[in-house]
Amino acid sequence: MKLDKYLDRSLWVFHLNTGSCNGCDIEIVALLTPRYDVERFGIKLVGSPKHADVLLVTGPVNRKMLPRLKLVYEQTPDPKAVIVVGTCGSSGGVFYDSYNIVGPVDKHIPVDVYVPGCPIRPEAIINGVLKAWLKLERLRGFSGVEIEKKIEEVNA
Amino acid sequence: MSISTYKIPIGPIHPSLAEPMTFNFEISGEKIQSVDLAPGDNHRGIEFMGRNRNIVQIIYLAERICGICSASHPFAFCRAVENAAGIEVPPRAEYIRVIIAELERIHSHILWAGIAAEELGFNSVLYLSWKVREEVLDLLEILTGNRINYGMYMIGGVRRDISEEHMPRIMKTLQYYKDAYQTLEDVFLKDPSIALRTKNVGIMTYEDALHLTSVGPTARASGVKKDVRQDQPYSAYADMDIKAITPDIYSGEVNGDVYDRIIVRILEVFQSVQIIEYCLDNLPEGEILSEPKIVKLLGTLKKAKGEGVGRHEAPRGEVIHYIKLNESENPEVWKARAPTYNNLMSWLPMLQRQEIADIPIVIASIDPCIGCMDRVTLVDSNTSKKQVLTREELMKLSIAKTRRILK
Ligand code: SF4
Repeated sequence: MKLDKYLDRSLWVFHLNTGSCNGCDIEIVALLTPRYDVERFGIKLVGSPKHADVLLVTGPVNRKMLPRLKLVYEQTPDPKAVIVVGTCGSSGGVFYDSYNIVGPVDKHIPVDVYVPGCPIRPEAIINGVLKAWLKLERLRGFSGVEIEKKIEEVNA
Repeated sequence: MSISTYKIPIGPIHPSLAEPMTFNFEISGEKIQSVDLAPGDNHRGIEFMGRNRNIVQIIYLAERICGICSASHPFAFCRAVENAAGIEVPPRAEYIRVIIAELERIHSHILWAGIAAEELGFNSVLYLSWKVREEVLDLLEILTGNRINYGMYMIGGVRRDISEEHMPRIMKTLQYYKDAYQTLEDVFLKDPSIALRTKNVGIMTYEDALHLTSVGPTARASGVKKDVRQDQPYSAYADMDIKAITPDIYSGEVNGDVYDRIIVRILEVFQSVQIIEYCLDNLPEGEILSEPKIVKLLGTLKKAKGEGVGRHEAPRGEVIHYIKLNESENPEVWKARAPTYNNLMSWLPMLQRQEIADIPIVIASIDPCIGCMDRVTLVDSNTSKKQVLTREELMKLSIAKTRRILK
């Protein structure tokens, strides 16, 4: 699958809360504000999954949000990347043994990038989005070697 | 001819709140006729999980009830446990607890101010307020090691001390917020367009606030002088004379509208600055933990028996934790009541007869914290057996009740 040429480099992000404690969610909002200002990288938070390239999912997925999680995933147009933000979405975290938690997220939808931390720092989310961007680049037809080189450049 | 209404469901996923929550609006023309709330989208069963963990583990769970109030819940929880087990907290720890709680209030109120501005369409004001907020997060990170979920509170004290080296940094932050007052006042309270969008919008009267038992800034904006720090002083607040802030202090009148809620929160930021200054000036010397050895502490708690209640004035209002210890590793009952739970019903009078376009700001105006609120525990009072019902069982119960009433 080739990425559409209109989806070149700016990533539009949709944020979905599946029952988190809010900690990671406010850090996502903090990303947009002057200190971190991710809009300078072309990353923008959008109000509808239909406009998004990347899904940022927080929270351990409770029963009531599960159908919505699946719905939002289906509504996001391909090609897309899914980032789980926070420990509780990646593994259940502190909420691992509740009757109402059916997560973690990757049990229900495919996940590309995990950003662990409880809560994560905004810098870590930027790094996660960067990883998702590399995945989309791969879909775009870059060969493995080129991507390796890019990753090295990024990490350097 | 009767006016026909139509329904708009909003949520649970919507751009106005970062948290899930469902609203059902009945609209006629541009006016809201009635509102129904369908909470539960954020329910995680926190109290249930708590009953399978030991007390020290629960502190971290209580912290994650809500990331924004991540000092308030552990504060109230620790006070409940100390109350139940009869643990004394050293005075220095009490002061540090209050300092952290007030720093949290600063960050929470400014966060709210930014969100409120965004709901009105002023993105630049959102950016400005969140820039102002970063300063206190930096300080919290220096003092506690984390920007959110500080992990500062412990049964019988706090986990980290405030040392002499921290002082200049804290002073710098306090000065920063004193200087920022002018900016915030100009932007939020003197700006004509914010006034136009918020004055006489989402009104809650004094009577409604009392009937619906609103708490925190939501109640104070309607003129109810209610503040746990004033009514039942606890911890280091007992050494200070704290007065509940109502909007008449600033504008000379109480309207109970969204504008008044902005006034209360902006003024409270500066009240917090004063409280922290007082705490720093009078910080007692001494220990910060009554029992530094966690294993020993857990041993004591395992033998403790009794009930305890902890109250604290969180940024959004009064939070209450109740705990029952029964000589075992896990608590027998743990109940948390967060302020949004009380304030939820305030939406009903506020949203009545408002325009659709005002929904976001009115909803945001009580500073809802759904993470705190969405919890259900059922206790059968006859057998005192705790039980968690499935949806089907709940439905059956509900139908049975309707039948009973109809008879
Ligand atoms: S990872 Fe931790 S801080 Fe983030 S939403 Fe989950 S519980 Fe909250």
